Amino acid sequence: MQSRFVLKHMILKLSKPHTVWFARNLAIGLVLSAVIYSILPVPAYGQWALEDKLQLPLGQPLGNWVPLAKDRVHDPRGPSLVELQEPSEGLSELPPHLSGNRVLWGKALDQGAIGPRRTIYPSKEKFEVLDLDVLMDLFGSMDIVRFPHKIHTQWLACNNCHEELFKSKAGANKITMNNILQGEQCGLCHGSVAFPLTQCQLCHSVERRANKWQMNKAKE
Amino acid sequence: MSALLKQCFLATALLSASLAAPLVQAEYGDVVLNRIASEYGVRPVVFPHWFHRLRFTCNVCHNEKGFKMRAGSNDINMGHIIDGKFCGMCHNGEIAWGAEFCHRCHSGLPGLAGGFYGSQDPAGPAGENYNQRRR
Repeated sequence: MQSRFVLKHMILKLSKPHTVWFARNLAIGLVLSAVIYSILPVPAYGQWALEDKLQLPLGQPLGNWVPLAKDRVHDPRGPSLVELQEPSEGLSELPPHLSGNRVLWGKALDQGAIGPRRTIYPSKEKFEVLDLDVLMDLFGSMDIVRFPHKIHTQWLACNNCHEELFKSKAGANKITMNNILQGEQCGLCHGSVAFPLTQCQLCHSVERRANKWQMNKAKE
Repeated sequence: MSALLKQCFLATALLSASLAAPLVQAEYGDVVLNRIASEYGVRPVVFPHWFHRLRFTCNVCHNEKGFKMRAGSNDINMGHIIDGKFCGMCHNGEIAWGAEFCHRCHSGLPGLAGGFYGSQDPAGPAGENYNQRRR
């Protein structure tokens, strides 16, 4: 009887400073997080979140585009160099990127920074933009590849890839990095015109032990 | 002694080769087209992908115009362009400058071998033969 009373008394006595301690720490935590989140930018989980994360935190165009006269491909003595557009002139206004043309072409197209024509002459023909993501390489060791149809169909027509290069059936294409590095399959564009093969994370973008939220995000 | 001389010679040759090798700083996706240009005594063509991507989607050239997506697999000459095929579908004076502005396309360094300069050359069935021919 006495022991139970002592125990009850102790709990009551102890509980008071504990609640104060908890409340005080909670208040400090809330204030600190409010301060931190007001200073730091909240990470965006949009379509271009990954690409933005891979950027250097400069926010400025990273390209130091070589003038045509100095690129060792154009003839500096040629009469055309004053007439042709310089890379810095055309590319410096577009969303920056670390590699390739130092431009994120997909984002530029999405944001309307460029408006390339889909046909030579304006036509009423509507182009299908397929918004379908395919997860590939589900059993490898690198992160899972997320292939977005959307951005590819904004630039290309279906028959550029299907059915000659890739069969439009899940699991029917054996895609390997060996082929890609030799300029086959994805490597036909990626590495020569589209973003280069040094940007592993832009394709291998879904974590292998991804949580449910990420997997759902990728499936969308 | 002769072995040492040989080594010295090799080292100097390698050093001079590395110093003399031109540092190409072409823009990513720049292609030099020199299938027949040098034979006819004109500068090779420099095709900038970036310039065209600002204005047209890939689909326009690689679908509508029939350019195959493999370096060296499109056999094009000026006859095609004047007839309004391939480049001539746009470079006709209506959409882009016409064939009379030779120097705007034929702007490469004389004698430059064809192929991708700013980026990786997509090799493959057609590309392999193309690369062999380049050497």
